[in-house]
Amino acid sequence: MIQFEATVNGRPVRWDIPAGEFLTETLRSHGLIGTKRGCESGDCGACAVLLDGVEVNSCVLLAAQASGHDIVTIEGIGDARAPHPIQEAFVDAGAVQCGFCTPGMVVATHALLADNAAPTRDDARHALAGHLCRCTGYVKCLDAVELAAERTAAAKGGA
Amino acid sequence: MADETTANPWDTGDGSMPEYDRFNVVNKSPRRVDALKLALGKGTFTDDEVPAGMLHVKMLWSPHAHARIVSIDTSEAEKMPGVQCILHCNNVSRVPHTTAGQGFPEPSPWDALCFDDKVRFVGDRVCAVAAETEADALRAIATIKVEYEVLPAILTVEDAVAPGAVQIHEHPEPTGISKPEQNLACTLDASVGDVEAGFAASDLVIERTYRIGYAQQSPIEPHIAITWLDEDDRLTVRVATQVPFHSRRILAQVLEIPVARIRVIKPRIGGGFGVKQEVLVEDVPALVTLRTGRPARWCLTREEELVSARTRHPSKLTMKAGVMKDGTLQALSMEVLGNSGAYGAHALTVVSCTGGKALPLYKAPNYRFDARVAYTNLPVGGAFRGYGAPQGFYGVEILMDEIAHELGIDPIALREKNMIGSGDDNPLAVALGEGGEGFPQRIRSCGLPECITIGREAIGWERRGSFDKTGTKRRGIGMVALMQGSGIPGVDMASAFLKLNDDGSLNLLVGATDIGTGSDTILSQIAAEELGVQLEDIIIYSADTDLTPFDTGAYASSTTYISGQSVKKAAAGVKRQIIAAAAEIWKCEADELVAADKAVRHPDGRALSYGDICRSTLYHHNQHQIMDHASHMSYECPPPFAAHFCEVEVDVETGEIKVLDYVAAVDCGVAIHPTAAEGQTEGGVQMGLGYALTERYCFDEKGAMQNASFADYKIFSALDMPDMKAVLVPTYEPTGPFGAKSVSEIPINGPAPLLSNAIFDAIGVRFREAPITPEMIWRALRERG
Ligand code: FES
Ligand code: FES
Repeated sequence: MIQFEATVNGRPVRWDIPAGEFLTETLRSHGLIGTKRGCESGDCGACAVLLDGVEVNSCVLLAAQASGHDIVTIEGIGDARAPHPIQEAFVDAGAVQCGFCTPGMVVATHALLADNAAPTRDDARHALAGHLCRCTGYVKCLDAVELAAERTAAAKGGA
Repeated sequence: MADETTANPWDTGDGSMPEYDRFNVVNKSPRRVDALKLALGKGTFTDDEVPAGMLHVKMLWSPHAHARIVSIDTSEAEKMPGVQCILHCNNVSRVPHTTAGQGFPEPSPWDALCFDDKVRFVGDRVCAVAAETEADALRAIATIKVEYEVLPAILTVEDAVAPGAVQIHEHPEPTGISKPEQNLACTLDASVGDVEAGFAASDLVIERTYRIGYAQQSPIEPHIAITWLDEDDRLTVRVATQVPFHSRRILAQVLEIPVARIRVIKPRIGGGFGVKQEVLVEDVPALVTLRTGRPARWCLTREEELVSARTRHPSKLTMKAGVMKDGTLQALSMEVLGNSGAYGAHALTVVSCTGGKALPLYKAPNYRFDARVAYTNLPVGGAFRGYGAPQGFYGVEILMDEIAHELGIDPIALREKNMIGSGDDNPLAVALGEGGEGFPQRIRSCGLPECITIGREAIGWERRGSFDKTGTKRRGIGMVALMQGSGIPGVDMASAFLKLNDDGSLNLLVGATDIGTGSDTILSQIAAEELGVQLEDIIIYSADTDLTPFDTGAYASSTTYISGQSVKKAAAGVKRQIIAAAAEIWKCEADELVAADKAVRHPDGRALSYGDICRSTLYHHNQHQIMDHASHMSYECPPPFAAHFCEVEVDVETGEIKVLDYVAAVDCGVAIHPTAAEGQTEGGVQMGLGYALTERYCFDEKGAMQNASFADYKIFSALDMPDMKAVLVPTYEPTGPFGAKSVSEIPINGPAPLLSNAIFDAIGVRFREAPITPEMIWRALRERG
């Protein structure tokens, strides 16, 4: 066992975990089940989280490597009482079918919009490129990214 | 019980759309009932709740394509830390069954055992280990010694059916195999009229052979099952399945315990596309749980999913058509040689749809269909969205293009001349149903002509033939016409249960299985529309064999059409009871009353809310629970129709293919949830484009798959996906709930033949094999010089 210390969704945590464990497993075994496993080889993006604000596939990141960092999972982006506008946008655009890829896509969109408040459709394509979805054909996922950007801009403009 | 659905006030009688604004809840696109929790990461999939003390299962898979297991030595593994249970052919009883997950009795052969003393493909089961952790199980597996007697491997269908080929299923137990000694899982033929006479009377007879390969459903959530014994010692199975009731029945069979001792729970499912119809991962953890008393989990890795789960049956199609100079079809024949891989799951019914769904799109006085599906020592075919129809349309829709080219007729004109339409009888429906003879089918709604008109305009069909053919990038345009079915006629059955609550909300319990299709939303919309309540008033639960009524499951494009009708009937029954209760309270005649907007109204202006009525019946007046249930089965199977168009650009230097634009126009009757119907179409096109261009299985000379990862088995990403438009063409299907037909499977039939047609238009080279890779294009162009 090794000790894992990090900030997870804004909360400091100290967990004992098996050495060699990947971050997906660490998060999931601590109740953060929104991070999904689709391939465990870094190819599908279902397990994406933010590490110091940067999107990473947690299935290929040793938890030990994430120790000491700031981690945000889908649960840290929004919750039932206060869904994030990106989450609302995925719902409203009809981008959620089975929903297994959705948390990863929401994380990716979060990372994109933090850097680029007005992404083009092509920017959105690149942001979602590492996120395999077998249900949607991506059309409505790209719509969702655009909708989220518009709403965020409108909210900022109004503030 | 609710009686037959009352006449639809919306039915226009001719398949045309009634006025939209009569609908309050259906044909609108509210937020899906489950979308927000999924976007929050809260949807509980199978793996998201784990029982305490759970064991983890790992499998030792066959390294050989074909071998007999001489001995298995697990002595070392048994002593390894954490190991609790080891299963293999010497300690698990031999119960022949099929994993196909179909109704009973299954049309697929019972050719599978949990563990056999023979392996039939690289990736077949050899030995399972359950241990405290996956790592423990894997370490134990590494110590297991298996002695194999390696047999010759059959890696092509041609070799499988060649005289003298080694027999893949030679054990005495299996039943339902057509010709085991010839390695034929099934054979099927059907004919109408006399094709030979039709060919003889034709101006042009054209014969072509087409081949289309393996593909995998690849839901992003892999197969997973978690099992445990509940406090009554009953086996509980939470599993990513499309067929909870079939899963329960098949588990009872292979575990040799009564159905009553098993509860199957379907939680959220991360996509299925047919592969989760297969009852593939339930038996092993169930055996572990029964033997150890402990919960057990088995989740396939992506590699295992690609190699050892199920795939699309590769098929070789020999198509032959006889036509007159003006394009009139005289005879159409299709010969299929399918590859079922090591086991025969779905072989018969898939191949029957290859002919049965694709051939009748074009009317001919004479048809012949001849199919054989062979066993090989390769991955196993199964149910995959489209269910044989993609292979069939691959043959039919390229052939139509080839005929048009030979005759110098516009491909659209040729199709319009021959295609089936409203009022026509499906010419093959009786001769070729699903797996054998079928029921007569009359087309009552058909929006195909409008689909073609819309598609041709959106793509700019008139530009076809006017592209510059000199540069390195050559453009071309193609089209295909398509149909599918809505459920399996005379087979699929669904049921629903509804009860009214104190506040006028209703619990809707269905056996129908939402696997990401949106059926929980759609069925709730249907209930809400029929009852005159809002979508938010319906609390849906699906599916749990202890709690919900039976449904054959999410397959064959049946959920909206079949399950939807059961919900509509049950809702109509509840509504009648609500009105009757109000009539009793007011001591008036029920037929004076109107129920709408969650209240019953008297002509004199009085009103009682559904909540008032429910509270009255629960606590005061003629006390009873207002509730109803209904079942639905249909002998009709109305096809949705579609026309797909695309524009491609082919780089003649590199062979690179770019899809520049894609239009999919679909007639799915009244779309219950138009956004969901578009989403099904977009997702189906994406999947079809992978099938057309990038998804393939590469085997080494020993039959081992070489590209079993998402890095190497290439499904379309957001970057690969072209701009596309999904257009819904409304018709009204009088036999469907609120005029609806199916929508989920039809789109995948389009891309593979369409890309062949569009690429031909671009570079004048005809590809009769899919997927079409840049290398194939490059080589073909070099060969042509
Ligand atoms: S599960 Fe991590 S990338 Fe697929
Ligand atoms: S919604 Fe199912 S994988 Fe994306």
